[in-house]
Amino acid sequence: MDFLNAIVALANFVLIPGIAYGAQLALGALGVTLIYGILRFSNFAHGDTMAIGTMFVILITWWFQSLGISFGPLPTALLALPFGIVLTGLVLLSTDKVVYSFYRKTRVKPVVLVMVSLGVMFIMNGLTRFIIGPGDQRFADGERFIISARDFKAMTGLKEGLAIKSTQGITVITAIIVVAVLFWFLNKTRTGKSMRAFSDNEDLALLSGINPERVVMYTWLIVAALATIAGTLYGLDKSFKPFTYFQLLLPIFAAAIVGGLGNPLGAIAGGFLIAFSEVTVTYAWKKVANYALPESIAPDGLAQLLSTDYKLAVSFVILIIVLLFKPTGLFKGQSV
Amino acid sequence: MKMRDVILFAIVAGLIIGTGFFQSWNSALLIVNMGLISAIMALGVNIQWGYAGLFNVGVMGFVALGGLAAVLVSTPPTGEAWAAGGLRVILGLILGAATMVGAILMWSRMKPGRARGFAMFGVLALGFFIFRYVFDAGVAAIEAVDPAATGYLGGLNLPIMISWPVGGLLAAGAAWIIGKTALGLRSDYLAIATLGIAEIIIITLKNEDWLARGVKNVVGLDRPFVVPKEIDLQNSPSFVESAAGFGMDATMASTLYVKGMYALLFTVVLLILLWLAQTAWNSPWGRMLRAIRDNEVAAEAMGKDVTRRHLQVFILGSAVCGMAGAMMTTLDGQLTPGTYQPLRYTFLIWVMVIVGGSGNNFGAVLGGFLIWFLWVQVEPMGLFLMNVITAGMADGSALKEHLLDSAAHMRLLTMGLVLLLVLRFSPRGLIPER
Repeated sequence: MDFLNAIVALANFVLIPGIAYGAQLALGALGVTLIYGILRFSNFAHGDTMAIGTMFVILITWWFQSLGISFGPLPTALLALPFGIVLTGLVLLSTDKVVYSFYRKTRVKPVVLVMVSLGVMFIMNGLTRFIIGPGDQRFADGERFIISARDFKAMTGLKEGLAIKSTQGITVITAIIVVAVLFWFLNKTRTGKSMRAFSDNEDLALLSGINPERVVMYTWLIVAALATIAGTLYGLDKSFKPFTYFQLLLPIFAAAIVGGLGNPLGAIAGGFLIAFSEVTVTYAWKKVANYALPESIAPDGLAQLLSTDYKLAVSFVILIIVLLFKPTGLFKGQSV
Repeated sequence: MKMRDVILFAIVAGLIIGTGFFQSWNSALLIVNMGLISAIMALGVNIQWGYAGLFNVGVMGFVALGGLAAVLVSTPPTGEAWAAGGLRVILGLILGAATMVGAILMWSRMKPGRARGFAMFGVLALGFFIFRYVFDAGVAAIEAVDPAATGYLGGLNLPIMISWPVGGLLAAGAAWIIGKTALGLRSDYLAIATLGIAEIIIITLKNEDWLARGVKNVVGLDRPFVVPKEIDLQNSPSFVESAAGFGMDATMASTLYVKGMYALLFTVVLLILLWLAQTAWNSPWGRMLRAIRDNEVAAEAMGKDVTRRHLQVFILGSAVCGMAGAMMTTLDGQLTPGTYQPLRYTFLIWVMVIVGGSGNNFGAVLGGFLIWFLWVQVEPMGLFLMNVITAGMADGSALKEHLLDSAAHMRLLTMGLVLLLVLRFSPRGLIPER
């Protein structure tokens, strides 16, 4: 019985939050990796693109709520999501027109593009704070739990409860759908194939008549969708705060690099790797250990490897290790 | 320097003197002091970016390390805390470092294979638990010592000016670690790694109370020996008399005197660093760096070790930033980890370098003063602008209040805009590289 309790506690505090967080990071890292593969720079504005997309979704959600529109047991934000994606897409396309297209034409060094994206990041960050404010926003509504801890206990008679928040369920299901659609698009459609060709070998792609502007446009649109979905899912699951989204940049980059920049499959694997490392390292294992181990050797303390304040350090350490030992990432990414 | 540069410097000086006449000499001197420090930070970034094209997005972290140095050097040691857990913490840190060194040695000595991986992991895991066992108890004991006033180990009780080079050394150490891992790879990786280390340094400073009290802040740091306290000046009859000679009351004169002394000290440091930077720029070493920056492949073909030179220049630039950080904490008289934000300490410095002119030390210095002046003056302007825009709206309307509250975020927007505009239309800056 104690063993079952240990497994349930583990699932409740590590596995389920890890899977949800991993899915969110994977979606974010997919956006970074696509931009890297096709536009060939590390987009520092990605965290704030997520923030601005989520902001659109929140504003539309509030508007829907004031109109009395709801999505039954699901959060209203899911209804608002398509509109948020369209708005974010418009923002990204106009940013590309006004800012990035000039540098593409003049073929500057990638590091200049990174610097430009830093400027874009601050403008987006400023806009987000200007419109919605720097504070915490919660916008999840509808059913809170798929299974609540109390129901689970009543159902199984175990001492430990297993709670699955509906936002966690939604995150995983949405992520699976999005990834499936993305891979279908990249592998089966003409546009997707031309994007991959462009990423593999730009000159060859141009030679075979692929229109670069079209490829770039589709990339930004897909990135807008990925960023908005990732941001909204994260915001539903936790809460929306512009500064947190800026800080998400580090785990997202770490995930993309661990998986190999420019490699979509790697980005997904990297997202889960980072998320699980972060959760396991900062989780206090006392409860699980108390169930799983005999009383004589159970720990007195929290049995927490690092305090949760240091969760950024986890992604950083993983990033450093990968850079040291395998700079192209675990899956084969683009050039070093 | 050409005539144009002199005029540009004169304009900035005029702006600051104008502040003195129209606002107050105290705020003008404050702008000068922070302008001097900003100029040193910009010099550090210019050494990295202008000389070698390295993109460091972690200036904030190096500046904060300098601030930490100011605390560690100048505050008196807390005897009780040392007795309670000082040795334990030091021992813990040594054990932690030994674990890292042991793991690295093991990695380089053993033959590649699965055994090596397991052995290194074993060393790291075991070392981590021993480290935590020794370290945690020490930390708890230290933080329990009068947490409202001390609760940290304290420093060495040395003159605070020693912390300036020490801050440079601390920053150089951090830069060495980052540079070792991220240099020699794609240029983006250095940016990402520095972004990360900066955030982690700030988190550590906020959470490790035993080190520098974390978010409880260390206040009332010493001053450099040449800078007296205002209250002592006001109590000294000779000072009051000479102040009266200038037609000033003692309070006003003492604050001006103190700020003026700081300004003098900082100017000396800036001039020395500027001289060093200029000499390096014009030396064969400087020409080699420019050659590497402009064409890495060609420089490598000429037998230059690109990665080593990059590492060298990255460490030098970071050390200058760390030094400036220690000076800033000295000027503030306190270390407040909660106030370190990337916008203020990384991004603003970058705007200074780009606007001033990357690849030109005088440009970086000019940018430091000019952008700091704007940074200070834009906020009241933004608020004024918002007041004008909202003047027609009804009092108490939600939109008006929202706009007034949001005026503070205008800075993010304007600074981002300035950077993008300069990068696009005048990438060489006010005083271009020559």
